[in-house]
Amino acid sequence: MANKRIDEATNTETVGHEWDGIEELNTPLPRWWLWTFYATIIFAIVYVVLYPAWPMVEKATDGVLGWSSRGELAEEMRLADQAQVGFREQLARVPIERLPDDGELMARAVAGGRAAFQVNCSQCHGSGGAGDQKLGYPNLNDDAWLWGGDLKAIEYTIVHGVRWAEDDETRQSVMPPFEGAFDEAQLGAVVDHVLSLSGKAQPNAAGAQIFADNCAACHGPQGKGGREFGAPNLSDAIWLRGGDRADLRRQILGPRMGVMPAWGERLDPVTIKMLAAYVHSLGGGEDFVEVADNPEVEVDEQP
Amino acid sequence: MQIEAALGRAGLWFLLLLLSVAVAATAKDAGFAAHAVIIGVIAFVMIWVTAGRFDPIAGGRTFFKMPDTPSVYDDEIVRWGALATMFWGVIGLLAGVFIASQMAFPWLNIEPYLNFGRLRPLHTSAVIFAFGGNALLATSFYVVQRTCRTQLALPSLARFVFWGYQLFIVLAATGYVLGVTQSREYAEPEWYVDLWLTIVWVAYLVVFVATLLKRNEPHIYVANWFYLAFIVTIAMLHVVNNLAVPVSFLGSRSYSAFAGVQDALTQWWYGHNAVGFFLTAGFLAMMYYFVPKQAERPIYSYRLSIIHFWSLIFLYIWAGPHHLHYTALPDWAQTLGMVFSVMLWMPSWGGMINGLMTLNGAWDKVRTDPIIRMMVMALAFYGMSTFEGPMLSIKSVNSLSHYTDWTIGHVHSGALGWNGMITFACLYYLFPRLWGRERMYSLRMINWHFWLATLGIVFYAASMWVAGVTQGLMWREYGPDGYLVNSFADTVAALHPMFLMRMFGGLLYLSGALVMTYNVWMTLAGKLRNEAPMTETPHDADRDKPIVDSRPPAAAGAAPDAVPAE
Repeated sequence: MANKRIDEATNTETVGHEWDGIEELNTPLPRWWLWTFYATIIFAIVYVVLYPAWPMVEKATDGVLGWSSRGELAEEMRLADQAQVGFREQLARVPIERLPDDGELMARAVAGGRAAFQVNCSQCHGSGGAGDQKLGYPNLNDDAWLWGGDLKAIEYTIVHGVRWAEDDETRQSVMPPFEGAFDEAQLGAVVDHVLSLSGKAQPNAAGAQIFADNCAACHGPQGKGGREFGAPNLSDAIWLRGGDRADLRRQILGPRMGVMPAWGERLDPVTIKMLAAYVHSLGGGEDFVEVADNPEVEVDEQP
Repeated sequence: MQIEAALGRAGLWFLLLLLSVAVAATAKDAGFAAHAVIIGVIAFVMIWVTAGRFDPIAGGRTFFKMPDTPSVYDDEIVRWGALATMFWGVIGLLAGVFIASQMAFPWLNIEPYLNFGRLRPLHTSAVIFAFGGNALLATSFYVVQRTCRTQLALPSLARFVFWGYQLFIVLAATGYVLGVTQSREYAEPEWYVDLWLTIVWVAYLVVFVATLLKRNEPHIYVANWFYLAFIVTIAMLHVVNNLAVPVSFLGSRSYSAFAGVQDALTQWWYGHNAVGFFLTAGFLAMMYYFVPKQAERPIYSYRLSIIHFWSLIFLYIWAGPHHLHYTALPDWAQTLGMVFSVMLWMPSWGGMINGLMTLNGAWDKVRTDPIIRMMVMALAFYGMSTFEGPMLSIKSVNSLSHYTDWTIGHVHSGALGWNGMITFACLYYLFPRLWGRERMYSLRMINWHFWLATLGIVFYAASMWVAGVTQGLMWREYGPDGYLVNSFADTVAALHPMFLMRMFGGLLYLSGALVMTYNVWMTLAGKLRNEAPMTETPHDADRDKPIVDSRPPAAAGAAPDAVPAE
């Protein structure tokens, strides 16, 4: 090239081209750059020999190490399952009513239930099981149970869900809407009466009468509720959908009723047992009341 | 005669208006109808404009105070491109800050039009294709003319490319907000917008190649290799990845030609090479012209530019499968993606070396010239993210980083640091030259912009690195009892402070761009800010010497140059 010159600042020859005033130096490739480039190429060659790499007609080469991602996953799952195998079998054998008798087994079930809860339940009930009053997801930490709080009852609720149409044995209850049934004064009176059950308002005769006529059939004369109907206890100051006057009015006029899927289809019985143990352990768990003629318990009590 | 031409043109616009009204009336869904309405409105405006013999371009030219004197090169389209880059840049950054705020404060999701799911593609497309794309269009037209010493081969086709590309952006952006998407990351626009972009892009290729062919230089400059690689490869990627069958020719929905893991692989072959050829090759082209021009130094190594260009082009196209590690993609394809990514490290760094070492002999400018400072920072971030990329592609690293915010941090250290900074630097170079101004309105504001942007990136990238590693470790944390410790919601809650820091970083970066907007506006107005020049610390030769009296005689004798005491 005709226009080669030595660049003063770097003492390097130019290539001799020029574009809009831009020249190029003829600096050789930096050695460290070149050798690192070669090193990455060598790494790549070694790697494709060791691991699955070259697509052939039928399948790709397996690689000298015989590694595969499916194989690795299977091995890790096998190890994890192995660590659990004795425990899961034991848990499968024990009827849930007898679970609290074995403290160590119960503790492991609670730990497993916690993990399953984080994956499957925390989306609605919250990662601590505190629920959400705005959205109507029950708090699982308190003593209030709509459907029963012993291990057996919790397990049943998880298996069959709540108002889950696809499960015939699902927990079912309906509160009718009272929109248009009361005038303003009557509504205020019955709200006052309901609040008075937990000491949050003054009792009044008119409200008590309306309550007795309309509500007591399910919620009971004292408003204690009834688990056979899934009717909430109104006297415990624990509210699923908020406890101020506006919340109560809304719930009386147009009750909103939550839905929980039936998990019996999706989770295995052992996991559900662990979930029941975990929910039971959150703080409000009730003791199982022995029913003498329960044949299931009789059978399972044999070794 | 002129009136007849105007009437004829108005008639064409009227036909388009009728067509769009018909399409809007019979459209199968609201999104498609909305787009027909947009095209109809444009047609209506054009009728108005043609009928009134009002030239909107001339109006815009006056508004932006473009010089009246004819330029020796076809610079008008470059001027519009530079303005469009600024405009879309601010829009894209604004959208980014907003969706970052949505991550920290979910109640900011305004349903349905302004929720995260619709604004996120708006942000990515605005910054990549609108901001980055216009920067590439403008600089490529600027650079190819100057390095070929010729005017654009087909100036009216170049105008079509620019305005057609803006229409593509408007259709894409409004489509996202209206919910028109084919759900392919970075390729969300639906079939009809894709077809339009294909036409525009082929026209772009024709203009560029035709200009190269009529060059008055014996050789093609390296910047143009990169531009050409960018244009050709993007055309190929765009066409293949968007192969789809419309559900109806009067509806916005379509079915992809691919399904399952083939679909995923096509998508990431496209997605990764959009990074490789749009954001790397294209922007390296900008670097190869503007860095030596601003530094007034020759390119460091011609040989390096050849080797790293060809190795980059050859290796990049295979690296896409690293986006699908540990998925249904066969192991052999994952291996391929990983080893090609690792080999890509040095070819990528070749561009950084050639850029940085071009400053040999002019390193003092880093101190005195804020534009050079921006270019150096851009190259430094380019180097960092092109090291990080191969590292993240290694499977064992990827098993921790994948699906976490680490990826977001990586992308933004590249996008904000490399693409953003180099674009800003090039625009600072271009505006005074395109408008015939002496210099930018204020160099000190460029310096402010530099520091705001740098600090913003540090906040953004650092918080996302910490967030990503935290997230990855929390997801894989097993307790001694063999169960996972954290729920997904736990990990989200843990990241909240990081999301706030990211938002703050984005805000800093945006404010830097706003400072630039003001600076550019004043430059276009032809003003020069009266400010203290940015110089180095003054050197006082008289004081730069030892105090001879206090020194022992032996030492004084050993320093023959010492100035004798007075």
